[in-house]
Amino acid sequence: MNKKSRLHIPRPSARPGDKPDFGYLDLSPAGSVDKPSIDSRTRDIEYLSSGLVRVLDDDHAAIGPWVPDLDAGKLQIALRWMMLNRVFDKRMWQIQRQGRISFYMEAAGEEAVSIAQGMALRPGDMCFPSYRNQGLYMYRGVKLVDMMCQCLSNTRDMCKGRQLPIMYHSAKANMFSISGNLGTQYPHAVGWAMASAIKGEDHIAATWVGDGATAEADFHHAITFAAVYQAPVILNIVNNQWAISTFQGFAGGERRPFAARGLGLGIPGIRVDGNDLLAVYSTTLWAADRARRGGGPTMIELVTYRGGAHSTSDDPTKYRPKDEWSEFPLGDPIERLKQHLIAEGHWSDARHEQLEEELKAEVLAAWKEAQQYGTMTEGPFLDPSTMFDDVYAETPHHLESQRRRMIKVEGANGGGDT
Amino acid sequence: MPQMNMIEAIRSGLDVVMDKDPGVVVLGEDVGYFGGVFRCTDGLQRKYGEHRVIDAPIAEGGIVGAAIGMGVNGLRPVAEIQFADYIYPGFDQIVSELARLRYRTCGEFFSPVTIRTPCGGGIRGGQTHSQSPEAIFAHVSGIVTVMPSNPYDAKGLLISSIESDDPVVFFEPKRIYNGPFDGDPERPAVSWASHPKGEVPDGHYTVPIGKADVVREGSELTIITYGTLVHVAVAAAAETGVDAEIIDIRTISPLDIGTLADSVNKTGRCMIAHEATRFGGFGAELAARVQKECFWNLEAPIGRIAGWDTPYPHAFEWQYFPGKRRMMAGIQSMMSVE
Repeated sequence: MNKKSRLHIPRPSARPGDKPDFGYLDLSPAGSVDKPSIDSRTRDIEYLSSGLVRVLDDDHAAIGPWVPDLDAGKLQIALRWMMLNRVFDKRMWQIQRQGRISFYMEAAGEEAVSIAQGMALRPGDMCFPSYRNQGLYMYRGVKLVDMMCQCLSNTRDMCKGRQLPIMYHSAKANMFSISGNLGTQYPHAVGWAMASAIKGEDHIAATWVGDGATAEADFHHAITFAAVYQAPVILNIVNNQWAISTFQGFAGGERRPFAARGLGLGIPGIRVDGNDLLAVYSTTLWAADRARRGGGPTMIELVTYRGGAHSTSDDPTKYRPKDEWSEFPLGDPIERLKQHLIAEGHWSDARHEQLEEELKAEVLAAWKEAQQYGTMTEGPFLDPSTMFDDVYAETPHHLESQRRRMIKVEGANGGGDT
Repeated sequence: MPQMNMIEAIRSGLDVVMDKDPGVVVLGEDVGYFGGVFRCTDGLQRKYGEHRVIDAPIAEGGIVGAAIGMGVNGLRPVAEIQFADYIYPGFDQIVSELARLRYRTCGEFFSPVTIRTPCGGGIRGGQTHSQSPEAIFAHVSGIVTVMPSNPYDAKGLLISSIESDDPVVFFEPKRIYNGPFDGDPERPAVSWASHPKGEVPDGHYTVPIGKADVVREGSELTIITYGTLVHVAVAAAAETGVDAEIIDIRTISPLDIGTLADSVNKTGRCMIAHEATRFGGFGAELAARVQKECFWNLEAPIGRIAGWDTPYPHAFEWQYFPGKRRMMAGIQSMMSVE
């Protein structure tokens, strides 16, 4: 021990120019973590928060107690969704780089989170997503063209030009709106789940937050409420190692896994290989069953890696090694499921390439369609006077008066080309 | 007609809507078994059960955040924040989430949460139990901000707030929970029993949101005020003998500017009074709007009576509170302008 107190500044294992080092990441072999019954007491299953639930082993086989009941057909569909997520992201990233949308965020490396969890939930369950859960919107039925129109703020934008790109919502798909302020959706999910229990329904809520945003007060408020009322909710923490430029140590991840955040409140935590679609599906289904049958909340830490930049506004080579993703010991979720299906005889490189081409064509077709509803530079344009709608249920007189003033001074289309 | 104080009126309002709509739930610190530190929810848990009157952890951000989620799932939550001074941990949830959910989703999602919270000083509460932060919320688009000044309005406005699909921050001036207060702490407290606005119907009725109330008609000066200071203004005007028209705005946002402008255009003089600090206070917005609407009829600069721009000091509460002396001095000063 030192004789003086000291200030500890967390430092990532590698910065630009250093060799990537994931030695800090505790890994368990696939199949080695027991699967308890859903009515286990939290104190008896604390091991789930420190181990790492994995199903796919290094030889691409699915092994151990968490192997889910998913046949090859379902796994092929899962692979397709993950690939669609990535193809979509790549296209939208490129579109942003061309200056045709203002902003974008990709989910590269984290696709298994949205797709596997989407598969494990029921349509009546409500999702309170984070900003890298675009795969969930897709999986739950939001059309690509509608997502693109949102990013374009065009005449078919579900947000009518009020939200930054990627901040989707869909009441029909039971997908809540993305805020832009981090972690705020966590207590909403808990309140929604409480209401579900108050109404005597068996729908559950699920919510997602990054490792970084677990530091927000909303996270702690939410998990307290979830524990106190045993709300039927799944509290996901997507630990992708990076919060823009600060590594997960700055959210307090250096000494205990994020999955253990709820243990002090009696919330069981499961640490799962977030790049293993089978393991993510299986742990989510376990938590969902537990919630649906009165067992209360479960926290799931999905250990993954943010393969791309935080957003189109930052350059990750300025704060982490360029080749860190390729050294990540849990690999790439798409590649791992692909290899598993190939190993099982249900997939091939040729089929994979063909599917990827099909998906590229599907995304391109959606993009062509989306542009017909307007782009940032070409009409048709949204009517700016709609900015005064939906502030309140009924527009009050002072907003009507400002609307008239805006039209008078800025012109009917807000000063754009007439 | 039954006589009620403001606490009983608020409780009656909650009872009426809970009885009518099984989706109405109440949550907050100490609101359940105990019935609230000011007793506004007394008896409601016994009547409606623990699933509808919910004691909450001490986390205002959690209370507001969970209420938003409940509202999204079809309930109509009434959250109590024990003191308005405690509301700030829930501020982001109110401003960034509750206020804008309808807007950012173009009406696909909304959450009809009402947040009740006792405000104001005059109860020896010191700087953490006396604040009047209504201007902070009035500044936020998407929020309705209400502050009643008597039992009748409190019940009617609370029912309107809960039944509204818009989020409402409902401020309850706690100094007048038990009786109107004329701003003179030396005089014995009076109850609502002898006040006409202490007559409150038992059943369902509403007082409209966004509508000011002319408390006293007059011809020489308009006093625009709300909350506790309505009663201070009435007493101060009576003592000065000035024929003042006194308007209780009741809803701070959206503001009923028409009623205010009509009055000031008639009297030619306007004094604005609130308990909150003056700088950037809601009085500044009122003054700007009245000036715009009534400029050619004004005979004197618009005056403001407000709390000093300091925190609310415990030992100097009555030097801080804009009471009868300050109100009378303000009225006299306005009337001396030729």
